[in-house]
Amino acid sequence: MLRFEGIFKDYGGTPALVGVDLDVPEAQTTVLIGPSGCGKSTLLRLAAGLIRPDRGQVWFEGARLETASLRPARLRMGYMIQDGGLFPHLSVRDNVTLMARRLDWPRQRREQRLAELADLVQLPPAMLARYPIELSGGQRQRVALMRALMLDPDLLLLDEPLGALDPMIRFELQRELKGIFARLGKTVLMVTHDLAEAVFFGHRIVLLRAGHIVQQAEPRVLLDSPAEPFVAQFVAAQREPQRVLLGAGG
Amino acid sequence: MRRGASMRASSRRLPATGLALATVVALLLAVGFAAWSPEPSAEESTPRPVTIGSKKFTESVILGETLRLLALDAGHPARHRAELGGTRILWGALLSGEIDIYPEYSGTLAREILAGEDVSSPERLEAALAARGVRSSASLGFENTYAIAVPEALAEQLGLERISDLREHPDLRLGFSSEFLERADGWPGLQQRYRLPQTRVQGLDHDLVYRGIAAGHLDVTVIYTTDAEIARYGLRMLDDDLGYFEDYQAILLYRAELAEAAPDAVAAFRRLEGAIDAPAMAGMNGAVKLEGDSEQAVAARLLSEGLGLEVTVSGQGFWSQLGQRTLEHLGLVGVSLGAAILFAVPLGVLAAQQARLGHLILGITGMIQTIPSLALFVFLIPWLGIGWLPTVVALFLYSLLPIVRNTHAGLMDIPVPIRESADVLGLTRGARLLLIELPLAANTILAGIKTSAVLNVGTATVAALIGAGGYGQPILTGIRLDDTALIMQGAVPAALLALGLQGLFEFAERWVVPRGLRLKPTDGVRADADPDLERPRP
Repeated sequence: MLRFEGIFKDYGGTPALVGVDLDVPEAQTTVLIGPSGCGKSTLLRLAAGLIRPDRGQVWFEGARLETASLRPARLRMGYMIQDGGLFPHLSVRDNVTLMARRLDWPRQRREQRLAELADLVQLPPAMLARYPIELSGGQRQRVALMRALMLDPDLLLLDEPLGALDPMIRFELQRELKGIFARLGKTVLMVTHDLAEAVFFGHRIVLLRAGHIVQQAEPRVLLDSPAEPFVAQFVAAQREPQRVLLGAGG
Repeated sequence: MRRGASMRASSRRLPATGLALATVVALLLAVGFAAWSPEPSAEESTPRPVTIGSKKFTESVILGETLRLLALDAGHPARHRAELGGTRILWGALLSGEIDIYPEYSGTLAREILAGEDVSSPERLEAALAARGVRSSASLGFENTYAIAVPEALAEQLGLERISDLREHPDLRLGFSSEFLERADGWPGLQQRYRLPQTRVQGLDHDLVYRGIAAGHLDVTVIYTTDAEIARYGLRMLDDDLGYFEDYQAILLYRAELAEAAPDAVAAFRRLEGAIDAPAMAGMNGAVKLEGDSEQAVAARLLSEGLGLEVTVSGQGFWSQLGQRTLEHLGLVGVSLGAAILFAVPLGVLAAQQARLGHLILGITGMIQTIPSLALFVFLIPWLGIGWLPTVVALFLYSLLPIVRNTHAGLMDIPVPIRESADVLGLTRGARLLLIELPLAANTILAGIKTSAVLNVGTATVAALIGAGGYGQPILTGIRLDDTALIMQGAVPAALLALGLQGLFEFAERWVVPRGLRLKPTDGVRADADPDLERPRP
């Protein structure tokens, strides 16, 4: 589905990724986690084609991701970032259906898909005519998810999708999002800095440090048998909320 | 209703921004071109039209008006392009054929226009002119040069007749125009030639010289020999007994080609040779400057009294004149601003997309802005002549910077996540620009256009100096005649036009700037405080 092969990337002399190999399995949620500057966002941005590796290759659905193949690949990806990245000059409806209109979907098909998605993310239909500035933070993320899902993509790329929300709304939205991913069976690649969130969402957690992958495993394995002291340290630092969430969310 | 509006907008939003901007541009261009009516081209059979030029001081305008009446009397359609800046502009317009004739002074011709050439004899002067396709008339009968003047009473008391007589009175207070005080052929030379002993010398504006004399602050000053104020302030001109001042005989310069195409017109013009003496010219200047007669009326009086010609004087009503100036001004502003929008927005986009090219573009448009408008006009005249075209080009150039800069700034200010979201969504670069970036920058771009519009209306008033008309014409005349009411006739409509244009663009804002950007952020804050998603909002 999505594969990173021998990726090197640096920003003006500062290495961000140093020889990363990673397979993102289909129909599962893979979470990239690690301290600031570990390279997790760089990996996600490589998958979205926003930056290009200095060395190594990114494969998506059997083809190398390069300039020529980028646009068709992007039409099969959904992208959602902190604070939504919604276009402030477009209404919710236009934000969500923009690309479908560019692809000349008939109006009826667009409206039908829009209604489905609004229902999926539980956005009241009255909100569709609003502008992003008239929405709350949680509503904005719901709309961003609708936009990401509009073309029914194979892959969802989420960069700290809930990072800007206050804890209560974040908690509520985490549960809803997890339900949606489970229902749709999408391949999800998510970046977060919060271990509790990673454990909550991830079928698989990839822990990075200074441009290397330190360990990739199921949450339980990561917690119970850390591959090296850094993993244990990272886990210990966030242990309290993780235990609470495991108890609450399952 | 709010929702209804945005529903409608949602289906039409994408083309609406561009469409609205295009409409505004089209409107500007249409108004501009409609207002600009080219001069009717002459038919072969009709008499050759004659275009007269004059400089921006009263004497020149009176003489230009006299020439126009003479040409009309000789049966030629005639147009007087009055108050065209200075010597450079008129001489250039004469050479390029945009004017056929204008009044000049022999000293200016020899020392300024043909400076560096040997024109010491009349034959050589004639040859130098002929090489340029220009001919000169003989003197009109007066000269307009510097003269030293003292109040009549003081002259009587001290027995002053000649400049040499000043030598006996070292205590006299001298006041000269700053220009005369500094020119080598001004006070320094005069002092040396006559060995004048006075030390109390001050420099001041030429117009203030008369007030200084009238108030008794000055005893001796320099004047122009045809100044209307000489008689008014009772001044006596001292005889230049050592022949210090140069000869500035009034003459007519005309195109040699005119003499062949319209010999009767030239013959009529040359009837002015020797027909006006200095007091007569000073009287006419006074009639206009001090008594408020029109140049046309004064010129007509000269022709009837001096040459026995009866000419009809036609006036134009205030409103029709205002209407004509408005059309002229709109013609300048509309075309230049419209073209600037069409050109500057893409330039701004280019600058935002390519950083290095952007520096160059912003640098060049910024540099254009530093050129003084009159200098730019003069610079364009050799290529584009005088009047409408060079003005529009200059205004177009001046209008670029605010629009380019704001377009660039508006695009650069778009947050990176927004731009990246558009990319990952799958929008092509062109679609991203059209659907996301330009609408987001619309507010800033429009602000730049507004700035350009206001500056443009103001700068366009300067264009009267190169014969483009508009609201600048009464301002120019008003300054020349020290007539505040006349200045207001240009300044007030210009201010109103600037306000009107600003209003037009503010109206366009409702339409160009997407509604989502015009909402107050407080709406969002309220929504944040309302976590219950299901609760319907009012």
